Amino acid sequence: MSEHTSKQFDAEMEAIRSGVLAMGGLVETQLQRAIQVLKSSEVDMIGAVRADELSINHMQVDLDQQCSQIIARRQPAAIDLRMVLIVVKIVNELERIGDEVKKIAYKGQEMQKPERLSSVRLHEITHAAQLAETNLRLVLDAFARLDIAAAAEVIFKDEAIDAAFLSIMRQLISYMMEDPRTISASLEIVFIAKSIERIGDHAKNIAENVVHVVKGKDVRHATADQIRAEVAQSAR
Amino acid sequence: MNDRSAARAAAPTADKRLAIKLAVRNLDFYYGKFHALKHVNLDVAERRVTAFIGPSGCGKSTLLRTLNRMYSLYPGQRAVGEITLNGNNILEPGTDLNMLRAKVGMVFQKPTPFPMSIYDNIAFGVRLYETLGTRDMDERVEWALSKAAMWQEAKDKLKQSGMALSGGQQQRLCIARAVAVKPDVLLLDEPTSALDPISTAKIEELISELKTDYTIAIVTHNMQQAARVSDYTAYMYLGELVEFGATDEIFIRPRRKETEDYITGRFG
Repeated sequence: MSEHTSKQFDAEMEAIRSGVLAMGGLVETQLQRAIQVLKSSEVDMIGAVRADELSINHMQVDLDQQCSQIIARRQPAAIDLRMVLIVVKIVNELERIGDEVKKIAYKGQEMQKPERLSSVRLHEITHAAQLAETNLRLVLDAFARLDIAAAAEVIFKDEAIDAAFLSIMRQLISYMMEDPRTISASLEIVFIAKSIERIGDHAKNIAENVVHVVKGKDVRHATADQIRAEVAQSAR
Repeated sequence: MNDRSAARAAAPTADKRLAIKLAVRNLDFYYGKFHALKHVNLDVAERRVTAFIGPSGCGKSTLLRTLNRMYSLYPGQRAVGEITLNGNNILEPGTDLNMLRAKVGMVFQKPTPFPMSIYDNIAFGVRLYETLGTRDMDERVEWALSKAAMWQEAKDKLKQSGMALSGGQQQRLCIARAVAVKPDVLLLDEPTSALDPISTAKIEELISELKTDYTIAIVTHNMQQAARVSDYTAYMYLGELVEFGATDEIFIRPRRKETEDYITGRFG
């Protein structure tokens, strides 16, 4: 995209774009910390995860403010307007991911206490968490490069996270039926798994926004085939 | 280029419920040897606002001036092609220009009240086309001033000079004058560029009221104004119609990169 006649406008647009990437990077780090918690009882990451969440909240407010300023001062149109609008939405999605990550870390920490160790093993959901982490990283890359093929990939890959979630649910149900003493721990894991699944959904929403900013088309409720057609059309 | 213009001309036509007031076909315009408009094709929808945007010198005012043959006042300027108003090609040599300009009124960038009273500013144009008794003329003046949202301000000073009004009032007086002869089409050439924001807002409000009765074509440098007031927007550059479509589309998702660069301020 060529530059605006107003260099200041360019700088403001670049600031919100890099703001999203910085915020996304922090959410990624926070998610990695939460995965550490799931993997091992040795680490104490709660303090760091909580601090991350506070910074994420500040970034959300700050970026929203910047977007309002751009709308008020510049009256952006076309791709600029879409960019400002999706930044507001992406920031919202990232903030929610931050909330989910915090829940995962808290629950994970709780589950790691020796007295809570049960037949249900946390590492089974670590895999799902890593899928979500990969999708988050991919979608931030897709946003950075405005790469709709990569964004479409994230949309399709979300199915794997959903599948992992269903598989975890099935396992937990059999545990609980076999041994009612695992119910309490299993329910905790249900919440963690649900949070992971939500992170996947938020990453997917961000990906849909990336397609929207590039193509000007809203693919939020489109089928996989429709999205493939959109992406193929641009590749030509 | 021809194909492209023809495709763009489909914009309002795509909506079958809309009648087309003015149909421009293969229009070329020359200032002497300078080729100012190139194969322009476009439909102006009835009782809708069509905005022309583009950088200075792109031909948007020229296009507007062909729609009531204002250019015919100047030697060396000529238009080739077809512009159909109510089924007649107004570019035909036999066209009655006075009747044409009564049908297609125009308001300019700088308010141009005549040096006479407010009442006579309105009545002057009407007298050229109609013979009305005093009462009918009084009614017509009140009607025109009301249409231009000026009656309340002007009713107690109809005998005062139109030149004594503020810029915004003068411009609304000019719109009232154009409306008074009951035209089909109103051409507005940068009607608010000399006005303050409040007067501008009043004129914009007026445009949206007038479009229930009139077909309006507006040239504006202010893209936000085009976005606010128009139903259709045409982006012109170097005498060509680059993109023409529904305003809702043009400002959110223009089809051509040139349009996007212009409306997002990346031009030049």
